[in-house]
Amino acid sequence: MTSQNVIEIIYLVASALFILSLKWMSSPASARHGVWAGEIGMLLAVAGTLLSRGIVDYKWIAIALVLGSGIGIPLGMVQMTAVPQRTALSHAFGAFCVTVVGAAEFYLSTPRVPPFKMAVLSLEVILGGLTFTGSLMAAGKLQEILPQRPLTYKGQNFVNFLLFAGAVGIAVSLVLHPGMAHLFPFMIAIALVFGVLLVIPIGGADMPTVISLLNAYAGLSAAAMGFVLDNKLLIIAGALDGSSGLILSVIMSKAMNRSFTNVLFGAFGQVQASTAGVQEAKPVRSATAEEAAGILAAANKVVVVPGYGMAVAQAQHKVRELYDALSKRGVDVRFAIHPVAGRMPGHMNVLLAEADIPYDRLIEMDEINGDFPQTDVALVIGANDVTNPAARSDASSPIYGMPILDVDKAHTVMVIKRSMSPGFAGIDNPLYYLDHTLMLFGDAKAFVNSIVHELTGGHS
Amino acid sequence: MGSTLIDGLFVFMLAAFIGFEVIRRVSPLLHTPLMSLTNALDAIAVVGAIVLVGRHESKLAFILGVLAVIAATSNIVGGFLITDRMLKMFKSSRPTKP
Repeated sequence: MTSQNVIEIIYLVASALFILSLKWMSSPASARHGVWAGEIGMLLAVAGTLLSRGIVDYKWIAIALVLGSGIGIPLGMVQMTAVPQRTALSHAFGAFCVTVVGAAEFYLSTPRVPPFKMAVLSLEVILGGLTFTGSLMAAGKLQEILPQRPLTYKGQNFVNFLLFAGAVGIAVSLVLHPGMAHLFPFMIAIALVFGVLLVIPIGGADMPTVISLLNAYAGLSAAAMGFVLDNKLLIIAGALDGSSGLILSVIMSKAMNRSFTNVLFGAFGQVQASTAGVQEAKPVRSATAEEAAGILAAANKVVVVPGYGMAVAQAQHKVRELYDALSKRGVDVRFAIHPVAGRMPGHMNVLLAEADIPYDRLIEMDEINGDFPQTDVALVIGANDVTNPAARSDASSPIYGMPILDVDKAHTVMVIKRSMSPGFAGIDNPLYYLDHTLMLFGDAKAFVNSIVHELTGGHS
Repeated sequence: MGSTLIDGLFVFMLAAFIGFEVIRRVSPLLHTPLMSLTNALDAIAVVGAIVLVGRHESKLAFILGVLAVIAATSNIVGGFLITDRMLKMFKSSRPTKP
């Protein structure tokens, strides 16, 4: 058996391990096995690759692997609130790798690049290039280095379309005339600019969809690279990553009642700015921590609705104390998780798991919505738009049609909020003016702390 | 070109279907670790970069290859690390705690 055959068999085993790895992610009980399967597959694939014919320089491979690990370890140790920007950054790194490998392959084989190879190579570097800069932009917005609000200008979509058409045009010319190598850098440059312009008009609220979409692009560019190198393991890994990103994008856009095109071309945050300022002051009922603690202690079933505001206030651990104090009194406490509660798909679950809240208490929106009418208290902490009943009833509302958590159906609603100012998307929330809603004004962390204080009778 | 292209397309099509079926079953609870895991797996692109570095066919390809290996390795190491850290935090309330 030649070494090439041995490598192919190793890649085959690695592909199977990658699929198992994702399969084991189906439940938290087996998920860590999934990570191990992935790690073993990766080690096998890298070790097998070192057997490839023609490899002479092992020293630099080792140096690069060590340097990469040195960057990877701190990136693996970031705080859980920073996971979305870390994920965006790693999409950028992955796309960077794919793009530069594509460029190297081009310059190694130009001017004799077969048409099909040139076509997938163009796809690889265009997708890779736009994912690289697009992900960097997304990471910058999430890290709040760049402005979160959407930046739009007249004719934006037209400019983007022209750029994209330009890149595709160069790709076609290169397929037809592989000798025009001087055009290749322009194709990459256009893809890089296009990535920046694609993410600039997208607001902070749409980041969960954008991250998922960039994930899909990163996967597809890796699959294209697999076609260029005729490497089936890469095609498989890219297809798996691409379908994962696509599924998550669909879930995220559904959760926000938006279509892909709407996210990419809509510049969400703008529409609401005009509708925000038109309400007059309406009366609300408010309560103190003492009163809130009394109501919670008397309840049988409590559903906590956490939003990203809770994480911003670093209140997760106090919420865990509240969960403990209420559970000790025999109150059934569960958490209602909206798909876009965090900054990326599933983010809120991770933040609550980090605070040691058992995952079987974290209930998805579709599962818990039917239970709100039998819920004594719904406690909203740092969430706003995902609880807005206008999404169900008010056809003129910008979020009309968006699936929400039906907290207004609970017997009592309590909302912890700093003030009456409208939320992230700038939309007024009729929930706050209902007769059975109590507003708890204050900082989430401090307020939950005072409730816990009341419940535990002043200890701790 | 002919048969390798067609083979590749078959592999891609099958893998995409398996991906859809497998990932559809992933609990929404774990969507964040899922994304960091697929990110690490996607960094398998490192194999292409390793070959570029190892063969040292031109100065440009070599330098680009070294950069690509660094970027991909940081995704592999960082991706697996953070996925495992996240999954470790997910605990059930059912098994009684000592």
